[in-house]
Amino acid sequence: MIDKLIFGRFMPGESLIHHLDARTKLIAGFYFIGILFLANNWQTYALLTLFTFAVIALTGISYRFFIKGVKPLIWLILFTVVLQMLFTSGGTIFFSWGPFAISSFGLINGVYVFIRFVLIIFISTVITLTTTPMDLTDAIAYILRPFKVLKMPVQDIALMISVALRFIPTLMEETDKIMKAQRARGVEFGEGNLFEQMKVVVPIFIPLFVSSFNRAEDLADAMEARGYQGDQKRTRFRILRWHWCDLVAGLVLVALTVGLVTLRIS
Amino acid sequence: MDITFEQVGYCYQKNSPFETRALQDVSVSLDSGSYTAIIGHTGSGKSTLLQHLNALLTPTEGVVTLGERVIKAGEKQKGLRDIRKRVGIVFQFPEAQLFEETVEKDICFGPLNFGVSEEDAKARARKVIVEVGLTEEILTRSPFELSGGQMRRVAIAGVLAMDPEVLVLDEPTAGLDPNGRHEIMEMFANLHKSKGLTTVLVTHSMEDAATYAEKVVLMKGGTVEQIATPREVFSNPDKLTELGLSVPDVVHFQRRFEQRFAVTLGKTCLTIDELVGEMVPFLGKGVAGG
Repeated sequence: MIDKLIFGRFMPGESLIHHLDARTKLIAGFYFIGILFLANNWQTYALLTLFTFAVIALTGISYRFFIKGVKPLIWLILFTVVLQMLFTSGGTIFFSWGPFAISSFGLINGVYVFIRFVLIIFISTVITLTTTPMDLTDAIAYILRPFKVLKMPVQDIALMISVALRFIPTLMEETDKIMKAQRARGVEFGEGNLFEQMKVVVPIFIPLFVSSFNRAEDLADAMEARGYQGDQKRTRFRILRWHWCDLVAGLVLVALTVGLVTLRIS
Repeated sequence: MDITFEQVGYCYQKNSPFETRALQDVSVSLDSGSYTAIIGHTGSGKSTLLQHLNALLTPTEGVVTLGERVIKAGEKQKGLRDIRKRVGIVFQFPEAQLFEETVEKDICFGPLNFGVSEEDAKARARKVIVEVGLTEEILTRSPFELSGGQMRRVAIAGVLAMDPEVLVLDEPTAGLDPNGRHEIMEMFANLHKSKGLTTVLVTHSMEDAATYAEKVVLMKGGTVEQIATPREVFSNPDKLTELGLSVPDVVHFQRRFEQRFAVTLGKTCLTIDELVGEMVPFLGKGVAGG
């Protein structure tokens, strides 16, 4: 299962998208999701889809890979799509039963919802696949900076995010190891009724929590020994820099927005 | 329980962009009651090979035979619990697998999973806790208040309580002090002899491989480089150095001694006792000559 999860992983590469500044990618990603809701007819959706596929092509990573990333979420998407179809009324009605009805509007709406979901997943996968977790943290810290005015502990939040990101693979590995050790002691996962399956989780969670506590203690000690003091001003080692391609990316987004607004029928 | 590997290959995350090959064309046979050491550089596939021994991983190519059970690549496997009962694995840093409230409950966990009665499991716990060098008082304590060394022993006891026929050890002494290392390795050697356990030891310690093993499997980049007796393997130090491995200190000393005095001892010595035995005649000559 963990192996199959594509979303949230980083794939090293040398493409244009890889070289974009992490801040650009993050802001552009959110912006894209924002303007996605401007789309309301097939021309606008076609434009957005085209744009997304162009971005994917630019990353140099195979399409199949992105489609795999959608697979784990397919049931959630289909569920939403079916709900949309059943509860949207209007247009020609093909079939109806009580409060449910399949209408032409419903069908179109369902397709739109489907496209919207897939595009959001694709674009966020593009971001995580082409940006190292470290750069991503730096970008988040940068974007959060204005909130300092509101007494938000931005530095601490950035630190927590970077520590959390750093330890995700370590904890995954640990989980895998503990699961294997318990399987070797006769635990079978995914067998029996719900209660039995819940009980099997205990021999994994307790060791995992215990090792997390130990790890946290060690890490805090090591940080203190290296002179870390939370509230003090620090300098930064990694510095993000905007390049000309970030400007181009911004311009492309502006063009996309203009295109969308023009094609939109209100 | 005989274990054989026939041209076994294993790929992690097959058919994905993250596909990595860990084993290729591995053919090994481990006879019932033998003591085998698997050595090799980090990332040579030792741990992957080890997980095939109780079917935690099943091969993506080739055939693994565990006793009567034949595991072919690409076949869906069911009812592997019987295999796991007969093959106990002590993983690296096994103390990370402890979770119960008391040491006794934790040791009983394995046997209970394999359908042993509660009374019997408790009796086994009392027996194995002594075997691993701890006292019965510890059974009522929480595993999390023990020292690192004690936790390791409790974890090992938990595997031994399953009463396996094959004992697989993945660096069982990593991170222990010299005394603890020696005690634990001796304990495994004694169990091997007294119970006739088939023992498989994955180790970075060439001393342990030389002292205890009857057969050494040398791994390199996911393939088997050499299968031989420890004496044969360690008689060629240059090859081991090439693979990023070392030879036991005894062998190293013997080589330096031979070079320094331009002599050749009768055989490659694996223990200090052997070395002393071989060196005495030469030393005697030296004294007589001088």
